[in-house]
Amino acid sequence: MRTGALRRTLSGALAVGAFFVLLAPGAQAQEESTSIGGTLEKIDGDQREPVAGVRVVVSQDGVEIGAAVSDGDGTWSVPVPAAGIYQVEIDVDSLPDGVDLTDPERSILPDVSVREGRPKVIRFALGPGTASRVDQYDRIGGLLVIGLKFGAIIALSSIGLSLVFGVTGLVNFAHGDIVTLGAVLAFFLNASPLGPEWHILLAAVPAILLAAGLGGAQELALWRPLRRRRTGLVSLIVISIGLSFAIRYLILVVFSGLPRPFANYVIQDNIDVLGIPTVPKNLVIIGFTVAALAAVGVFLQRTKLGTAMRAVSDNSDLAESSGIDVQRVILATWVIGAGLAALAGIMFGISEQVQWDMGFKLLLLIFAAVILGGLGTAFGAMVGGFVIGVAVEMSTLWVPTEFKTVVALGILVVMLLVRPQGLLGSRERVG
Amino acid sequence: MDLGKILIDAGRAAVGVPAAVYALSAIGLNLQFGYTGLLNFGHVASMLVGAYGLAITVDQGGSMWLGIVVGLILAVLLGLLMGVPTLRLRADYLAIVTIAVGEILRLVVRSRFAAPLTNALSGIQGFADSFYDLNPIPVGQYGIGTFRFDERLTFVLLVGWGLVGLTTLLIRRLTRSPWGRVIRAIREDEDAARSLGKNVFAYKLQSLMVGSAIGGLAGIVLAIAQQNVGPDNYLPLLTFYAFTIVIVGGPGTLRGPIIGSVIFWFVFSFFDGFMTGAVTEGWFGDLLDATDIGPIRFALFGVVLMWLMTYRPQGIFGKREELLIADGR
Repeated sequence: MRTGALRRTLSGALAVGAFFVLLAPGAQAQEESTSIGGTLEKIDGDQREPVAGVRVVVSQDGVEIGAAVSDGDGTWSVPVPAAGIYQVEIDVDSLPDGVDLTDPERSILPDVSVREGRPKVIRFALGPGTASRVDQYDRIGGLLVIGLKFGAIIALSSIGLSLVFGVTGLVNFAHGDIVTLGAVLAFFLNASPLGPEWHILLAAVPAILLAAGLGGAQELALWRPLRRRRTGLVSLIVISIGLSFAIRYLILVVFSGLPRPFANYVIQDNIDVLGIPTVPKNLVIIGFTVAALAAVGVFLQRTKLGTAMRAVSDNSDLAESSGIDVQRVILATWVIGAGLAALAGIMFGISEQVQWDMGFKLLLLIFAAVILGGLGTAFGAMVGGFVIGVAVEMSTLWVPTEFKTVVALGILVVMLLVRPQGLLGSRERVG
Repeated sequence: MDLGKILIDAGRAAVGVPAAVYALSAIGLNLQFGYTGLLNFGHVASMLVGAYGLAITVDQGGSMWLGIVVGLILAVLLGLLMGVPTLRLRADYLAIVTIAVGEILRLVVRSRFAAPLTNALSGIQGFADSFYDLNPIPVGQYGIGTFRFDERLTFVLLVGWGLVGLTTLLIRRLTRSPWGRVIRAIREDEDAARSLGKNVFAYKLQSLMVGSAIGGLAGIVLAIAQQNVGPDNYLPLLTFYAFTIVIVGGPGTLRGPIIGSVIFWFVFSFFDGFMTGAVTEGWFGDLLDATDIGPIRFALFGVVLMWLMTYRPQGIFGKREELLIADGR
């Protein structure tokens, strides 16, 4: 009964997601060659004009591989012998008069990663740039879309952490690494030459199921025995940190430190939605994730297992005495939480790239979201995720991009000072 | 593979600069975690502000002594800032905020925004010359056989281990005072301490600040020894080195951090030497290469931390009854 409900919820979420994907245009077919190229344009507010006759040099470990001069359309391309990391430098002296780099320090791009058989498109910002001139409305709109996408990913990954805290009282510091695990498993099935090279949407299904299974295995092999031993909260948290190191660095050994994209949806052309330019995959990710969040909401409110989860979260002794099998509910929570985290990791990987420590970097934002919404409440985690995602992206209007995470921490600290139980939490949770 | 050489290198590491620095750092963490039961996951931040406080002060034209004072004050303030929003709440809130603060301070010092002071990614070098000018030890090699250190290293080691000794004496004074009994009472049962009229929040905050200052001192010693500070020397991993050291040696004991640090760095260096030898001799075939040794070491480090916390939370030599935090929330 319980697993049946779970299966229905998951397959429902996947069906809704597949619908969104059908709506989306696929990645554009590109000419098949291993190369680095781009288009040089001087950007001044809304004005764009191609810049011709500029020399660009590609080198690897200090050895020049090739060079190219931009043509009348501003395009240039340098073929490279193999996939790998290259340095690309624009010859500043060859820039025509009146055209300068927007950021003079960005004349060398030190690690441009090129994949076999794919042209790598890179961009040098020329001219006064768009930041100050661009219509502020456009920028706000674009950031809002990115913020919603990022918020959706945070929300999805936060639910598992919050639910597990609700039913067991454990703040799992290894949760971020389950996010990474989902993305890495999908990468193996999708883009690794050793794997079957399935389409990412097909690869996502076994990756999520496997990660969910590993979440359950973690509960059975580690956390349940520790609860039986009556290990204290402080020890449990330190153990979860140890687990996080073990998983993260094992992923580093297997996956290596190089960030890599999935094989699908890497490059897409901008489309306009309500006057806001964005890539289709952002909208698909938002749609997909919102559908999954809605499915989780329905699951928690309408199904027997979901109700049991909320009951255990509220008072596990009372739940046990009303005939709920608390241990099974906890196991189900781990399975669902890990599955959702893996889904979030795959979305994150489609949105950016797959990297060995992507989940750990996300973990701080997950914490901010969970505390903002209220530890232990799934709906709080959703609200908190969106608020943090949008706030972090919107903040780049005023503060340097490097400080995005600092903004999230600021929100977290203010929240702890004024309302430590979070937006949707109840007061007695705080001891 | 030369097992003798690996053992000697491991022995050097066991008394070397990192061992002294981490013993110092672990003494601070031990006060917070071992004695008071505070889960500070951002101890590396104390080391960072200590080191950067010194480096920036000297870089801006101040003297080294002023820099050390600035570093220590910053570390104390950091403890205050991390403690105020979190110490009234449950243990996990402190853990979350401190791990975030540690990572964020690193991002701030490596940002372009802070570059005029911190030099961003390149960091600051060569700020401790006046320390080495104080070196009274004549030029030469000190030690037995291949187990030798030059006069510079000998001086740093003497000062480092000297500070370890002094802070251990300080902690001994503190923990045997009424103050120390209160913080241990808080570790065992916070509500009981509160019901006896103790201001639990204030005691926790004091413990966090003193521990942070000792962490800052460790950062200063490390910065002086390396003559270099850079943002990526202060990864969150370092906090968990200190945690492992505290737990190996036995939390809430005076000798714990020292024993723990010596064992930790011996094993660390031995594992590295052994694995490098094994990979070079092709024991693993194509499965592993030299760049995999670091990550494998960290993964094993995580497993060891889990194992210790599960089966030996009182440390390798500790007595079970010394550590009751395992049973209290």
